[in-house]
Amino acid sequence: MTAADVLGQFLSGLARAGVLFLIAAGLSFIFGVVKIVNFAHGALYMVGAFLTYSFRVTLGVPFWASIALAAVCVAVIGIAMEVFLFRRVYGRPVADQLLLTFAMVLIIHDVMRLAYGSNLRSVPRPPLLAGAVFLGDVVFPSYYIFIVLTGSAVLLGFWAFLHRTRLGKTIRAAVGNREMVACLGKPLPWLFTAAFAAGVFVDGLAGAIGAPLGGIRLGMDFDIIILAFATVIVGGFGSLPGTALAAFIIGEAYAFGIWLVPAIALSLPFIIMAVVLIVRPWGLLGRSGGGEL
Amino acid sequence: MLLRTQALTKAFGSLRAVDGVDLVVQPASLHAIIGPNGAGKSTFFNVLTGFLPADSGSVIFKDQDITRLPPHVISRRGVVRAFQRANIFQTFTVFENVQASILSRKGKTWNLFGLAAGMLREDTLRILETLGLADQADVRAGHLSHGDLKRLEIGIALGMEPELLLLDEPTAGMSPEETAAQAALMQKLVAEQGLNILFTEHDMEVVFGIAKSITVMHQGRVIADGRPNEVRRDRHVQAVYLGEEL
Amino acid sequence: MSSSRRSRWWLIALAVVALALPQFAEPIVVHTAIEILIMALFAMSFNLLFDGAGLLTFGHGCYYGVGAYTAALLMTEIGMPMFPAMFAAMVMGGLVALVFGFFCVRLTGVYFSILTLAFAQLMFSVFQQSYTLTGGDLGILDIQPPAFLVAVNNYYYFTLVMVGFSIWLLWRILHSPFGRTLHASRDSVVRTQFIGINVRRYRLAAFVIAGVFASLAGALFAPFNRAVAPFLVSWVKSSDPVLMTLLGGAGTFWGPVVGAAVFTTLHEVAIGYTTYWLLLMGSILLVGVLFLPGGILGFLEERSRRVAAARRTRMTEARGASSNASAD
Repeated sequence: MTAADVLGQFLSGLARAGVLFLIAAGLSFIFGVVKIVNFAHGALYMVGAFLTYSFRVTLGVPFWASIALAAVCVAVIGIAMEVFLFRRVYGRPVADQLLLTFAMVLIIHDVMRLAYGSNLRSVPRPPLLAGAVFLGDVVFPSYYIFIVLTGSAVLLGFWAFLHRTRLGKTIRAAVGNREMVACLGKPLPWLFTAAFAAGVFVDGLAGAIGAPLGGIRLGMDFDIIILAFATVIVGGFGSLPGTALAAFIIGEAYAFGIWLVPAIALSLPFIIMAVVLIVRPWGLLGRSGGGEL
Repeated sequence: MLLRTQALTKAFGSLRAVDGVDLVVQPASLHAIIGPNGAGKSTFFNVLTGFLPADSGSVIFKDQDITRLPPHVISRRGVVRAFQRANIFQTFTVFENVQASILSRKGKTWNLFGLAAGMLREDTLRILETLGLADQADVRAGHLSHGDLKRLEIGIALGMEPELLLLDEPTAGMSPEETAAQAALMQKLVAEQGLNILFTEHDMEVVFGIAKSITVMHQGRVIADGRPNEVRRDRHVQAVYLGEEL
Repeated sequence: MSSSRRSRWWLIALAVVALALPQFAEPIVVHTAIEILIMALFAMSFNLLFDGAGLLTFGHGCYYGVGAYTAALLMTEIGMPMFPAMFAAMVMGGLVALVFGFFCVRLTGVYFSILTLAFAQLMFSVFQQSYTLTGGDLGILDIQPPAFLVAVNNYYYFTLVMVGFSIWLLWRILHSPFGRTLHASRDSVVRTQFIGINVRRYRLAAFVIAGVFASLAGALFAPFNRAVAPFLVSWVKSSDPVLMTLLGGAGTFWGPVVGAAVFTTLHEVAIGYTTYWLLLMGSILLVGVLFLPGGILGFLEERSRRVAAARRTRMTEARGASSNASAD
């Protein structure tokens, strides 16, 4: 075990954290604005990955365009889901909403199976990022750096959007007090659609840029949604910095766990989540008063 | 002295909703808390009943410190609250609403095999009759009129055999006849059943009609406290309620 | 006929059919009936939490799987006879539910649901990884019921008795003061606290009871299926009782049973035609949530209520007309 190894693992964890952050941020954002827990978030992430495969490998579209197209397509699917399905259940008990998103999980899963089969797919990294950066003994795969940069950019962009733009401030206001915002004449339904689309876009983007990291396969939808929930819970629902912090913790725990204690590596996120829930149920950076008894 | 709060404080950020409130409730009292909107009355009740934790200060009930206890413990000690916006069990009938409370009071709620339907009929009906709800016993609570809902709220509270009953705006939204009936009910409960009532109110006629002592709150603080006549004459109170008929 | 009289007739008819089934039905039907019974118990235990206490758990498969695996392990590894093994399975399921439930009931709403799911997923990865204990992905094979229960008809009657008794127990629990308290906490947590109830403790109790019954269902499944696999603890399995209960009608006592019957039969039929079972179930769930929020039984109940109300209106109109006529 050398310093180079440790740094290498660290970066690997960062990359994982970056992808996780994108997904969790979208999930947390949607929940904060639209108040729907989108179980289908993992499924849409998977769709983003598969679509990237289709664009890049099957159709030969250039890498960057593939990513963008995939993310946009996922956003469109998300908008369709919101407009045609979720709008009908806004007034209904939470259980109905959860079940609706759960139904989408099942449907999307099988539609993907229909379209792509059960085989493992992969998307090659673009030539620009296929190499690595060398700092002494340490090898930093360029693609990992790219992911970290993208994740950071999204974090900053989201923050800037929410705190510096008119629309963003309206959204933050809507989170706090819906009726007031509706009274002010802002069209609330489209606000929701926009928020949903944004959250899902980031999700699809995560799937797209995460595709060259590992394989694309059925079942990644479910694996990731649990991690995404764990991340949001650890960080605190509604807290963007919290989500980033949690993604970092879980990503690194996973990376080092796989390396050092592989037997329990898969369980580490849950152990972390359980600890957080015992000590601080509202998450590391969340606000008390959200969902504890 | 039945209940005493000492320097009770609860702040939300920079807003001191309850700011060092000292209040004493004597036995056999019908004690009103009045004050303009935002005076802190509801928050005070919330802290009193353990629903919100106090920042500082204490609540002493019958020589016992109940300040940091959770709501379910405080209810069992005898400080029972009825809510302003009727918070009843929607899917239960009127009868079942009150019965649930009595079942809890009598410690029967860990009974997993008995049939709840026939239990405690007499006790439940007695309370329903006191409230004039006996004829609606089998109506689903969600279908009640507003006035009946408020009465049911009190019924649920009564099921806990309270020593101190906290009523949150008991006549809010009621017609003049219902208001008079509610006020009469409150007096009856104190006179005949030995209850003590601490209530918040906006209706000054009710307050000065039945209250034996009044506490006035403004911006989280107590600005007057005493018999109705004293409070009526207090300059500060008049200033706060400028223009209102006391 | 009043609704309670009518439902009593339905119950009697159901009991007669259930008891006579092996006499006139093919073995494959009896086999399916056993599956339905086991799933019905699984779904009923879920609904104790969902409709009884207002708690939506997405991780109920955890206790089903724990029950199945415990029974399987005890019977194959140390040759324990089936009945004590089943009892041990229930105890194990209850213990796991106690541990997980302790954390889950500290949360409400969405948080609760997510945590139940996470714990189930944790259990799944444990089962899948520990090859030496649980056989990993392969699971445990060759679980043999005692000789007198090998015949499918015998196992059917055995399951019928166990499940029937359990459903009766669940009925008693739901109609007891404890059950009332759960219902109250479902309607208003705050109000329930203010009548002196420590809601968290009651929810934990319900969680454990539901876990015990779910593990009983799993323990009934293990010797019936002769094998167990990690799939039993998977999220798909956890979604089964949710789907079944919603399909049958969550707001009714018998809804989960109806849902289990429909769901299992649908599964048996659909499997022959398509492997896209999730797509089918997802679509049904979608349609159900959007258009049939009360499930099958809820829909039937609502319809009979409307028919009865219409009949009453017609009768009062007729009476009014005849009294008008006689007044002239």
